[in-house]
Amino acid sequence: MVKKMRDALPLVWREIPERYNLIGSICENCKKEFFPQRVICPNCRRKGHLVPKKMPDEGKIYSFTEVHAAAKGFENETPYMLAIIELTNGVRILSHIVDSPGEKINFGIPVKAVFRKIFSDGDEGIIAYGFKFKIID
Amino acid sequence: MKFAEGISKQYGVMKMRSVSVIGVGLSKFGERWDASFRQLVAEAGIMALQDAKIDGSTIEAVYGGCMASGRFIGQEHVGALIADQLGLNPIPSTRLEAACASGSVAFRNGYLAIASGMHDVVAVGGMEKMTEVSVEDAATALGGAGDQEWELFIGATFPALYALIARKHMQEYGTTEEQMAAVAVKNHDNGSKNPFAQYQNKITIEMAMNSSMIASPLKLFDCSPITDGAAVTILCETSKAKKLVEQPIEIIASGQASDTLALAERKSLTELNATKVAAKIAFDQAKLRPKDIQMAEVHDCFTIAEILAIEDLGFFPKGKGGKATEEGKTNLNSEISVNTSGGLKACGHPVGATGIKQVVEAVWQLRGQAGERQVKNVEHALTQNVGGSGATAVVHIFKKA
Repeated sequence: MVKKMRDALPLVWREIPERYNLIGSICENCKKEFFPQRVICPNCRRKGHLVPKKMPDEGKIYSFTEVHAAAKGFENETPYMLAIIELTNGVRILSHIVDSPGEKINFGIPVKAVFRKIFSDGDEGIIAYGFKFKIID
Repeated sequence: MKFAEGISKQYGVMKMRSVSVIGVGLSKFGERWDASFRQLVAEAGIMALQDAKIDGSTIEAVYGGCMASGRFIGQEHVGALIADQLGLNPIPSTRLEAACASGSVAFRNGYLAIASGMHDVVAVGGMEKMTEVSVEDAATALGGAGDQEWELFIGATFPALYALIARKHMQEYGTTEEQMAAVAVKNHDNGSKNPFAQYQNKITIEMAMNSSMIASPLKLFDCSPITDGAAVTILCETSKAKKLVEQPIEIIASGQASDTLALAERKSLTELNATKVAAKIAFDQAKLRPKDIQMAEVHDCFTIAEILAIEDLGFFPKGKGGKATEEGKTNLNSEISVNTSGGLKACGHPVGATGIKQVVEAVWQLRGQAGERQVKNVEHALTQNVGGSGATAVVHIFKKA
């Protein structure tokens, strides 16, 4: 099994509210929502005030690609489907499309977030979890 | 464009000195198993110094663009390394990093150092030694040009990010896979006329279309290769440059802009806003329009990236870049000659060196030294260099001093 660069535990297992609960942020000043979370609102800067906000877990496929030459650590999943999802609040997220027939994947197809393993570092290594998306039946 | 307008207004009041390129050098690009990182730098550096007809003692500072030498060869602190290897100690030597735009960012800093009056003569290099690690490790290192936590972490390779752009461009504007293949065919044609190019073979649309799938719709021949190479330029204040060399090449504009690191957070997937902003700054500074440019070296890390570039730089309307390429409007000596060096696709893409190699090609074209690939009557040349999936873009414009 390939040794990955992400063998540092904190990078995978520190508290990452976005990755486990799809929590982004909203600026209380301009009401714009962000994912992943930001500390400073790029629209309002110091006038802005960002607080955590749960993102909607449904959206539509905005663009997509089937990856044949895998990133390191994803060799066993080749080919895998990556997509930019536009959530119902307009925020866009890059994620995997899983558990969905390839021929159904297209622009504008509704999807919902599911909790999945992202990768594992060998048989006894750390496992990274997070969200992926699947087509709504 | 508020930012770009703010910058453009300043050109009326700024008192910057004129800066010219007086010497250029390139290493042969390719899988350079015969040469180390420092040998590649020396190869290009000696050529640039000889071209400028100056001695190393004339140089006052060094700037080097390099993306990931730590990941590729385990070597950081390459600013000091290049000054040391070129025999330039103890002058200041600084490395700059902006992923694949490292070279152009270094070039811009060299330009600013002279324009500001701080220095009269500087050397600016770009270099990368990428073939000493496996292709997989190289791809992982390059992935660091995107958003490590939200792109690379989930397996998004660089081809995958540009594939998402390509797919959206196809949906919005009807761009075809054949039009993208036409970019690769044209750049291989140009590369076949460039003795420094990694690939000097011609290819056909059929070959490109039948190459293996990397990240749909991008195939192998839509992707630039992994390359070893270095490029060096010598910059000089223009009045002094005129005394040193026959034909200095003046840098008449320098624009740089930034955008979100992660692709998904951009307002649009089908344009690179950083390119548009950097281009606006550069065209305003040069007081030129896109139609005034005869040749351009643009950042074709993937074929779709060249299509975006020629649209975002204003050479063709948004959505028409693919069609223009297919119709031959970007071929040598056509409407605008794009990527005469062979581009990143055929000349090769040693990431830190690419931005400087673009300048070297622009200088050769303006001087009339580009051999078989010489464009007729080049008055203005432009370079556009992109970092990551578009988080950094740098545009420079040149003419004969």
